[in-house]
Amino acid sequence: MTIRRKEPEMNARTEVLDRIRRALADVPASERPQDVPVPRRYSHGGAPPTGSAAAVELLAERLAEYGASVHLVSTQDAASRLGRLVAGLGPGPVVVPRGFPPEWRSTLDPDRVLTDVPALPVAELDRAGAVVTTVAAAIATTGTLVLDGGPGQGRRALTLVPDVHVCVVRARQVMASVPEALAALRPARPLTFVSGPSATSDIELDRVEGVHGPRTLAAVVVT
Amino acid sequence: MNDATFLGMPAFPAAAAGALRDSQLRGNLARATGTIRSRRAAAVSEQDDWEHLREAGRAVKERTLRHLDRYLLQLEEKVTAAGGTVHWARDAEEARRIVVGLVQDTGEREVVKVKSMVTQEIGLNDALADAGIDAYETDLAELIVQLGQDHPSHILVPAIHRNRAEIREIFLRSMGAYGTAAPADLNDDPRRLAEAARRHLREKFLRAKVAVSGVNFLVAETGTAVVVESEGNGRMCLTLPETLISVAGIEKVIPTWQDLEVFLQLLPRSSTGERMNPYTSTWTGTRADDGPRAFHLVLVDAGRTEALSDPVGRQVLNCIRCSACLNVCPVYERVGGHAYGSVYPGPIGAVLSPQLRGTASEVDRALPYASSLCGACYEVCPVKIDIPEVLVHLRARVVEDGRGRLVPKPERLAMAAARWVISRPARLTAAQRAGAVAARLVARRGRVGRLPGPLSRWTDTRDAPVPPAETFSAWWKRTRR
Repeated sequence: MTIRRKEPEMNARTEVLDRIRRALADVPASERPQDVPVPRRYSHGGAPPTGSAAAVELLAERLAEYGASVHLVSTQDAASRLGRLVAGLGPGPVVVPRGFPPEWRSTLDPDRVLTDVPALPVAELDRAGAVVTTVAAAIATTGTLVLDGGPGQGRRALTLVPDVHVCVVRARQVMASVPEALAALRPARPLTFVSGPSATSDIELDRVEGVHGPRTLAAVVVT
Repeated sequence: MNDATFLGMPAFPAAAAGALRDSQLRGNLARATGTIRSRRAAAVSEQDDWEHLREAGRAVKERTLRHLDRYLLQLEEKVTAAGGTVHWARDAEEARRIVVGLVQDTGEREVVKVKSMVTQEIGLNDALADAGIDAYETDLAELIVQLGQDHPSHILVPAIHRNRAEIREIFLRSMGAYGTAAPADLNDDPRRLAEAARRHLREKFLRAKVAVSGVNFLVAETGTAVVVESEGNGRMCLTLPETLISVAGIEKVIPTWQDLEVFLQLLPRSSTGERMNPYTSTWTGTRADDGPRAFHLVLVDAGRTEALSDPVGRQVLNCIRCSACLNVCPVYERVGGHAYGSVYPGPIGAVLSPQLRGTASEVDRALPYASSLCGACYEVCPVKIDIPEVLVHLRARVVEDGRGRLVPKPERLAMAAARWVISRPARLTAAQRAGAVAARLVARRGRVGRLPGPLSRWTDTRDAPVPPAETFSAWWKRTRR
């Protein structure tokens, strides 16, 4: 970065801020942001309650509506169901991020499992058949799975480049609404909200599933 | 103005007249806007608290705009603390120079781009090309526009004026020149078209070192940037390259993380008619173990402070670029986006462009009139921009600009004459009688069509029914004596 370019940028900052203050001459100097009321009479969620059977059912319905496959399984059956699901996905390595629960990982074919330690080059991710992760939260009303890069989720590229994404969700992570989920999430982490497989509305404004992100999204919800 | 892609376009009345004669265009638009209108209506109707969300969205934007300097400074501090670099641009030229310079600093000769209205607005792609840098649009509709050497015509779906058969033609003809060609047996099934785009762009995503994006929201409190998308091209651009340059209008900032809960509910339902769009990404600065190593945020004024200085017009800066107002607009549905001569078409474009660019040009002076003032745009606006109010306000400004001309406009002469006539009941009665007689003389099949001389300025764009032989006041006097 050269001094030559930095100098006018400093001026630009001052000038843009000056212009804003001049443009807002009608705003009283004593006014504080909180003096402009923001009525929050919209729903803050809470129904159905987090982790309830109704919340899980709603999540499953909404995910399925947007083209994800949904598998509701009991805690005892989770590992074997996940193993069968991944075995049935067709060939290719399966990426499993660090921190994925060992009891679930143990059912995956060890010859196919790829770990991201050290970080896999993007070309290798492109050759992988699938990725299996946990989630940070799920939103029932909108059919949304949220990843925050925490244990079992990995960096963002892992869940983006392979063509199949299998998510394991625990019932207690399923919240009803967007406000509840945002309050529970940490904005300092890179977040990805996933609502169904990749899609587009760019051809005649109708929805078509499957563009650049994973074209198959499967959710295993452990109740 | 640097609106390079639209340079030399005629003003709205002439452009609209041309567009109306294009039956293919009208068919494509009617079909697409009809589909999205019903999807939006369904998505909104299942959200019981919709009106409360709209009011909260409007109020958050009002709070932000009235204290914009404070929130921008807070944003800058948080982004910088999280490892990002913030740049400020007074105008389009400065924004282009900053972005081109940042790409040159990396030594790379190509960038991948995720759909961004502001980079269209500032004409970034041409500036990159002039510097020898290839910019690849990765949004499907932007790709269609770029490969077709075309202009965008819709905020959300820039290729809305193209149907599937035309898209197939463009892919077959042009993809090979820029990378992986379309398969020879490509048909017009939307799934096959999407697949062709996936294959074409894959290699570009995987090798890209620099990405340029817009943003949907910037959270001042946390320094978090938000991109809302569908296809995953956004995630590719935000995640895989080493350097990310995000360009944002200064009005994109919102105060708090909690405020995001309002907009993440309003935007998808208004925009694509989905409960939630497939992918939303949020990031705060840079991280050692995930995503780009360098993050640059370019904050652009380019006329926004001009709009901010107008207490009535200021509300257009609430806009979250959902495009619901385009999809419900009877004018947009018939003429399409190109007729507006701006990257922001439709009702929002008619109020935004003349404020960002000023009303010096004929194109921008015509835009506040590109509306029937039916009010459908206000009904669907998720942040309650009173577009009809701003349209009328801007029409007044355009008329004001005309005052003081040595030769008054015919419209002003007509209005002065009208004032003289309607200020005395006797004059009005006489004028109505004379008008009815005259109109019946020139009418054909019950309509008044083209009138001669200066009157044609009015009749060229509208037909009027023939006035009845007897006026209302004459009828009243005759029957209620």
